[in-house]
Amino acid sequence: MTITRNRRVAVGAVATLLAVSLTACSGGGDDDGGGGGAEGASADEIEAALQEGGSITYWTWTPQAQTQVDAFEKAYPNVDVTLVDTTGAGDANTKLQNTLAAGTGVPDVVQIEYQSVPQFQLPGQLADLTEYGFDELESLYTPSTWGAVSQNGGIWGLPQDSGPMAFFYNQEAFDAAGVEVPTTWDEYVEAARTIKKNDPDTCLANDSGDPGFTTSMIWQAGGTPFQTDGDAVTIDLADEGATKWAEMYQPLIDDELLCQLPGWSDEWYQALGDGTIASVALGAWMPGVLEDGVPDGKGKWRVAPMPTYDGTPTNAENGGSTESIPEASENKLLAAGFLKWLNSSDESIKAFMDTGGFPATVKDLESADFLGYESEYFGGQKINEVLAAGASDVNEGWQYLPWQSYANSIYADTVGQAYLDKSSLLDGLAAWQDENVSYGTEQGFNVNG
Amino acid sequence: MTPFLVVFALFIVTPLVYSMYLSLFRNQLMGGTTFAGFDNYVTAFTDPKLWDGAGRVGLFFLVQVPIMLGLSLIAALAIDSGRLHGKSFFRVALFLPYAVPGVVAVLMWGFMYDDRLGLTGSLNDLVGFPLVDPYTKQWILTAIGNIVTWEFVGYNMLILYSALKTVPVEIYEAASIDGANQFRIVRSIKLPAVRGALLIATIFSILGSFQLFNEPNILKQIQPALISTYYTPNIYAYNLSFTGNQVSYAATVAIVMGLVTAVIAYVVQLRGTRRDV
Repeated sequence: MTITRNRRVAVGAVATLLAVSLTACSGGGDDDGGGGGAEGASADEIEAALQEGGSITYWTWTPQAQTQVDAFEKAYPNVDVTLVDTTGAGDANTKLQNTLAAGTGVPDVVQIEYQSVPQFQLPGQLADLTEYGFDELESLYTPSTWGAVSQNGGIWGLPQDSGPMAFFYNQEAFDAAGVEVPTTWDEYVEAARTIKKNDPDTCLANDSGDPGFTTSMIWQAGGTPFQTDGDAVTIDLADEGATKWAEMYQPLIDDELLCQLPGWSDEWYQALGDGTIASVALGAWMPGVLEDGVPDGKGKWRVAPMPTYDGTPTNAENGGSTESIPEASENKLLAAGFLKWLNSSDESIKAFMDTGGFPATVKDLESADFLGYESEYFGGQKINEVLAAGASDVNEGWQYLPWQSYANSIYADTVGQAYLDKSSLLDGLAAWQDENVSYGTEQGFNVNG
Repeated sequence: MTPFLVVFALFIVTPLVYSMYLSLFRNQLMGGTTFAGFDNYVTAFTDPKLWDGAGRVGLFFLVQVPIMLGLSLIAALAIDSGRLHGKSFFRVALFLPYAVPGVVAVLMWGFMYDDRLGLTGSLNDLVGFPLVDPYTKQWILTAIGNIVTWEFVGYNMLILYSALKTVPVEIYEAASIDGANQFRIVRSIKLPAVRGALLIATIFSILGSFQLFNEPNILKQIQPALISTYYTPNIYAYNLSFTGNQVSYAATVAIVMGLVTAVIAYVVQLRGTRRDV
């Protein structure tokens, strides 16, 4: 009985294998090339298309998007914008990548983090907006954000916001521990010790290993670990800036001076509100996050410039994103019209700024209204003065890897281990470098690292 | 037969064939998709990340599955013994975790494992020293095993219990008339009766172990550095495909692991059925 049954199973298996190999032979070639020349359009043609109308899909995680879209549809009643909330940068990348691979359901306008632009641009998945005359808009934006959307001879999006780093701190927690605002990183490490000594359950900062923070910190220290020129990529995660940061930061890990809550979790928000975490060094979009997510912190938080290594002001960007048009969009002309309105019209940018958005447009960053704004949440402090000053200190020459989101995904496997084991950050960075060199080479880049 | 074959071709054969087709290509950011023959298979067989993950799920299978099935068997025998008060309650209570969606179960345990806010923290405070610390390299796999055991003991218990239910009452009566005690009945009647069901449960558990994904992948959100992007072969394939732009290699990894799992399940089945004769 048993033998017969087994034989039948075996015959079935062989049949399946045969079917499998037969069908495999008939699988035709698959052409997966992106790109294809798009026909350009002048400003008048774009305006005409907007008047004529149609429908487009917009993917974003911007909190102000609904307000912006409503205002747009009022100005151009014939255009119907379908808003899709992609909830956050990480999910959005995956979703966009899958849609592009599938070739259907591609959005017409999509939000992409600056660091992920090359990942979609290099395989030819983004439309070059030079053809729509967007090169004329360059002067509207800060150099660092414009640099992030224009590379490899094209313009791949219009900047939405920027994230020059700043040092946000809880004044009440600082007072309780008797700590002054650190202006250098040495003072920062000392402040971390004092706060820990004063109350072991609290800490100056929370960091369990975050690739966005690490890269920004290396950037702030003057490092340029990633350099891309066409298919040539140089990776040096042991350059002067990276080493400077790692050596400064190592004692915080070794002496357990940091809180290690998962960032953006409920616990994290709670700890920001009750003084457990006394400070955060993040992008200028942070006030919006605090107001929205940490209502308990109202009146307690303040902002200061980033600590420096030697007294010379120096800064980096942290986060920030652009809106782009996929090459596979079926309505690029209309999409270009919407995008132009979204990130360059006064009406849209005002809606963005009204609820805590930090713009990328020079005019708005320099406006008296913006700079003079006294934030109630920050105890009446003119926070934008500090944040905008930080924007002008951003180090030039920084580039992300063409596969930054993948690099970030393997960060915990490598640099993250230093946080876990209290081992050397420099070793962790070296391991991250090795993984990226081999990945880049596999992906067809000419990697030097 | 035809309707069956259509469904079989559509839902079993097509995805398999498509994966095999995919696995013959190479995806590159620079260069796009090109034919690669069997290169991916050569890479897979020497890929330390893949075999690190495969070794981990193999270990998981060797340790967790016997414990889980042992507990299921004890529970099934206890409920079947007729000496347990409120046996329907125990049957439902043990089965209940299986009805909890996997994601919810992991989030729940993930919170309990937290040594600041969770149950673990309270327990350690109570004894005054860190007695258990699931979020460490030494314990994380055990912690995952604990979640999986909790989820599936009831399910396996039910499989075994239904096998016990098929034994005619007359056999037990005859055994007691012959003077057999409970232990004798368990050894000579009940255990042989559940052997077939136990084999099926084992094969299900092999598949479950080698496809381990949900539990570590959700815990990874809480503890990213503890659970690597290649912690299990399925997590590896997922990350290759969805963050690494390597759909073809991911398909290769999936096929290789599918073969490994099929071979192990087949060996277990051969051994199991041979004893059955």
